[in-house]
Amino acid sequence: MITLNVNGRVHEVDADPKTPLLYVLRNDLKLNGAKFGCGLGQCGACTVMVDGEAVYSCITPIFVLKGRAITTVEGLGTAERPGPLQQAFIDEQAAQCGYCIAGMIMRAQALLERNPSPSDEEIRVHMNPALCRCGTHMRILRAVRRASDAIRNASPTGKRT
Amino acid sequence: MNNPVKRSPSLKITLAMMSVLGMAIAIVVAVAVARHASSAGAAQPLSAAAGSFDTTLVAKGAWLAAIGNCNTCHTADHGTTFAGGRALPTPFGTIYATNITPDQETGIGRWSPSDLLRAMHQGVDREGRHLYPAFPYDHFTHVADEDVNAIYAFLMTRDPVRAKAPANRILVPRAAIGVWKSLYFKPGAIASDAGHDARWNRGRYLVDGLGHCGACHTPRNALGAEKDQEALAGGSAEGWRAPALNESSQAPALWTVERLVTYLRTGFDAAHGTAAGAMEPVAHNLSMVPEAEVNAIAVYIAARMGASAGARATAAGMAPGAGNAARSEPGEDAPIDAGKADDGDAIYRSTCARCHDDGRRGIALDHSTSTTDTTPGNLIRVMLEGIHPREGEKGGIMPAFRGALDDAQLASLVSYLRMRFGHAPPWQDIGSEVARAKRELASEDRKPS
Repeated sequence: MITLNVNGRVHEVDADPKTPLLYVLRNDLKLNGAKFGCGLGQCGACTVMVDGEAVYSCITPIFVLKGRAITTVEGLGTAERPGPLQQAFIDEQAAQCGYCIAGMIMRAQALLERNPSPSDEEIRVHMNPALCRCGTHMRILRAVRRASDAIRNASPTGKRT
Repeated sequence: MNNPVKRSPSLKITLAMMSVLGMAIAIVVAVAVARHASSAGAAQPLSAAAGSFDTTLVAKGAWLAAIGNCNTCHTADHGTTFAGGRALPTPFGTIYATNITPDQETGIGRWSPSDLLRAMHQGVDREGRHLYPAFPYDHFTHVADEDVNAIYAFLMTRDPVRAKAPANRILVPRAAIGVWKSLYFKPGAIASDAGHDARWNRGRYLVDGLGHCGACHTPRNALGAEKDQEALAGGSAEGWRAPALNESSQAPALWTVERLVTYLRTGFDAAHGTAAGAMEPVAHNLSMVPEAEVNAIAVYIAARMGASAGARATAAGMAPGAGNAARSEPGEDAPIDAGKADDGDAIYRSTCARCHDDGRRGIALDHSTSTTDTTPGNLIRVMLEGIHPREGEKGGIMPAFRGALDDAQLASLVSYLRMRFGHAPPWQDIGSEVARAKRELASEDRKPS
């Protein structure tokens, strides 16, 4: 059994220690946001956060993640109460087929947690490794910008002004 | 990329001593030299009109500037090419590269050909002030007048950009550079060596002159000067190790002329690896240079390496380049003990092997310069940052693992890879190297772009 901390909840997982995190998220924990794309850490569809950093869950074996804080797109909000990035992706209609979007959101989340006010250039550089085959890049970039602005403009009580 | 990044207290002390003791002499000598050399106002500013230069000369200047790697230092991150502003960290402070576009006010628009020639050959600016040797005039002094003039034609036909570089933040006054020069700067051309053919001589001219390879690949002394006796014996650049290009090279596979040309023009050679870090822009620039020039560079470097230390070890059967299988033993599918979260072998088999075993997709690690060289810095950097093609270009990708693996796991993995693939003595202090690389990367992340 391996203990994983996902979205603030502790899970005891009965799986081979070298199983990629993505398989455990999808098959064991039924968290289907992260997607299998290339399986080689090249496309970013499987991206989640580990201790605040964007990580390819398809190439990360679960045994190295003991005691680390894993966050998936499900951990950022719900359909009823989406988080700032999720809301921004909805507002900008940044998804076409949507396959890359969970990974895009998690990669962007890692940036905004480290730097809530990135420049457009910093957003582009940071998002560069994540691929979208439909071509909604401009909307994705706008969504990250929008979320950054929303976070920055949020009042101390957490409500948007 | 001309400056070693490591800092040490002894350097600062030495520097302080030099600053105090040598200052009086320095100022007297330097001011005299600078006054003597000053030509400001003497030369007429040339027209920067594109039509005033021969297009063949401009084209030649373009490739020579690429060999000189001018754009790498003289362009800020995401800035306009040649408009300067890039911070160059040195052990003595930060120097900001200047604007070398032909802007009249902030660039070199008022410079005459002889002003550029003098800067390249003597290390003084248009006003006659000493230039900091972050501008590698210790190499550029070897560049022939006609080549400098071609670079002049190329630079003067670029679009002028109005951009003033930030003020340098450096402890050494310009005047002290006069003393530094009297100690270490050897101006003048390199005589052709009759014992070698024309290609070798062209290669040496490009490597030691415009290419300024030694700026990174030669170790420096406490005052930042290249150690002549250890030319091309390996140095450092922007936190990366610049491997030896002489007979002390640790590369297990022989660097043939053909492999060097491939590596320098494409940024990758299957028997050595990918041009990463400060070398990436060098290879990118050389991809735009006529092959004959790169071939000459390769001929000279291959001759300097000869039967290098690493290649000799391979030939003697000590390194796996001799044909040992690099496939995971006991294999990817063997069980892993879940309790050992920082077991290097387990991490390799479950994380790295799917690409690197037998060089299926990534390079076979027994050939990688980063596992076989003398320090672990490059291997750690590549693991943390990955390798990415430059924006807008295709290329192989090594994913970054800085989020997936913690410090202890990284250190354990590095140690394992060295033992398994390096076929050389273990590295010391890997843990502190990991911590240092992470600190450097974090500070790079914070820099404004």
